Amino acid sequence: MEYESVIGLEIHVELDTESKMFCACSTRFGERPNTQTCPVCLGMPGSLPVANKKAIEYVIRSGLAVGCEISLYSQFHRKNYFYPDMPKDYQISQYDRPLCLAGSIDLDMETYETRLGITRIHLEEDTGKLIHIGGAGRIVGAEYSLVDFNRAGVPLMEIVSEPDMRTPEEAKAYARKLRAILISIGVSDCNMDKGSMRVDANISIRPKGATELGVKAELKNLNSFRSLQRALAYEIERQKKAIAEGEPIMQETRHWDETKGTTSTLRTKEYAHDYRYFPDPDLVPMEFDPTWIEGIRATLRELPDERKQRFITHYGLPAHDASLLTETKAMGDFFEETVTLYKGDPKAVSNWMLGDISYYLNTENLEIDETAVTPKHLAELLKLMDKGTISGKIAKEIFPEMFDTGKLPQIIVEEKGMTQISDESEIEKIIDMVLEENASAVREYHEGKERAFGFLVGQAMRLTKGRGNPQLINRLLREKLQG
Amino acid sequence: MAISEKEVKHVAWLARLGLTDAEVEKFTRQLDVILEHAGKISSLDLAQIPPTSHAIPLKNVLREDRVGTCLTPEDALSNAPKTEDQAFAVPRIV
Repeated sequence: MEYESVIGLEIHVELDTESKMFCACSTRFGERPNTQTCPVCLGMPGSLPVANKKAIEYVIRSGLAVGCEISLYSQFHRKNYFYPDMPKDYQISQYDRPLCLAGSIDLDMETYETRLGITRIHLEEDTGKLIHIGGAGRIVGAEYSLVDFNRAGVPLMEIVSEPDMRTPEEAKAYARKLRAILISIGVSDCNMDKGSMRVDANISIRPKGATELGVKAELKNLNSFRSLQRALAYEIERQKKAIAEGEPIMQETRHWDETKGTTSTLRTKEYAHDYRYFPDPDLVPMEFDPTWIEGIRATLRELPDERKQRFITHYGLPAHDASLLTETKAMGDFFEETVTLYKGDPKAVSNWMLGDISYYLNTENLEIDETAVTPKHLAELLKLMDKGTISGKIAKEIFPEMFDTGKLPQIIVEEKGMTQISDESEIEKIIDMVLEENASAVREYHEGKERAFGFLVGQAMRLTKGRGNPQLINRLLREKLQG
Repeated sequence: MAISEKEVKHVAWLARLGLTDAEVEKFTRQLDVILEHAGKISSLDLAQIPPTSHAIPLKNVLREDRVGTCLTPEDALSNAPKTEDQAFAVPRIV
């Protein structure tokens, strides 16, 4: 039987505020354990939470960016559960009155376009961090655990999608697009390594054409877009096999193991999904003035789709280039700054960014703003090529050093004596040597073998250690051979 | 009965309360009276009245996003029965 998969994503994003959601503790990442706590985020009796206005603004901004309806009346609820990552034994979250409802994201999947629904966006607080001691660091088998509450209470936005995705590729594209949007509007850095963006996936399969949903599994520990896609692909096959073998699919939470490439059941009986939500009596309702919301809409920066269009019309880039360059805010900013400094052909900038630079970023697993290379570096490199100081080949050689050391290309060229030889008499001398040493190739050329010409050019380049101006070598060699 | 002993046991388990059989029986009776009393509200036509989640007529009590002073880790951990590496040590979870 042919099956289709039904995928929905729940994406948690830590908002980029200075202070926590309900108290004035700092949200800074990577500090010593339990240095950023207070009676509120430690859940001390008698302490009272007060909501962070900026966090609410950020959620509304996010909602506006993905076409949500913004609730004019909203409320916080308590989600009750016992787990040591929350000192209060409840998490302040939202239930039936989330800040945003019913949005969508448009995806360009190369061969087709699709629109994926967003059910809701709500605001809650992040939990503390647990470190499990013993049992190889996994909760199962651990002897005991250590709790750091620095993260407890950091504003956390949850974006729940409709079960609209049909393939792992769509799920990945949706998550990437959402990340690009959130970064571009400045509400979060969405750093998956540091956990400021976390993706959980719900997935079920059903016979193709069926309208009823199958029993779903929830996948956790998806720490990259790649693991999201791999885990979904694995889970689809697992569920198909289970059905083929007549095994029931259980509604359960499954843990993705990146090394093994498999999912396995998390022991779930301890978590009863009976959260007994009720309105938090300590936090009064929110009622928004539509003019305030319109004011937030006015602060929305250019969204990735709009930027892509501008890159096409303003810089004359192909749609493919424009898509890739606007995928992250950092890439788009880098491109525009380089074009401004370089004042040359934007397509040349794009070629470098999508070629050598992207190659390095992928190899080193870095974002462009995390490297030593700045727009100034690339602009200068392109100028040196335009001026004929260095060839494209030399530029490619300089690039890794630029990337590693952050030295400007001009400096590297000078230090290594890599300047292109464009002096005619010097090139002429070299060509004379080449002609003398390669009599047989010269003969072959005169017999009409064009390949021999390429060989002679190569010899000249070899003698100049790649520094000879290729156009000049070509011209002078041709002249000498024919003259 | 508005509530069964089974439901009382379930709610007690959710709240991690250990009840004796006598307590289950007693609380089932008491909760039944409370629920029946509260149930009277259902007999009224409340279509036009929003649920009362808060007893005070306040809304939009918000704070600006500013960092204040935190507790020292020593103070934060001072009530903890057990600590290790400046963290709260808790018994095994599963």
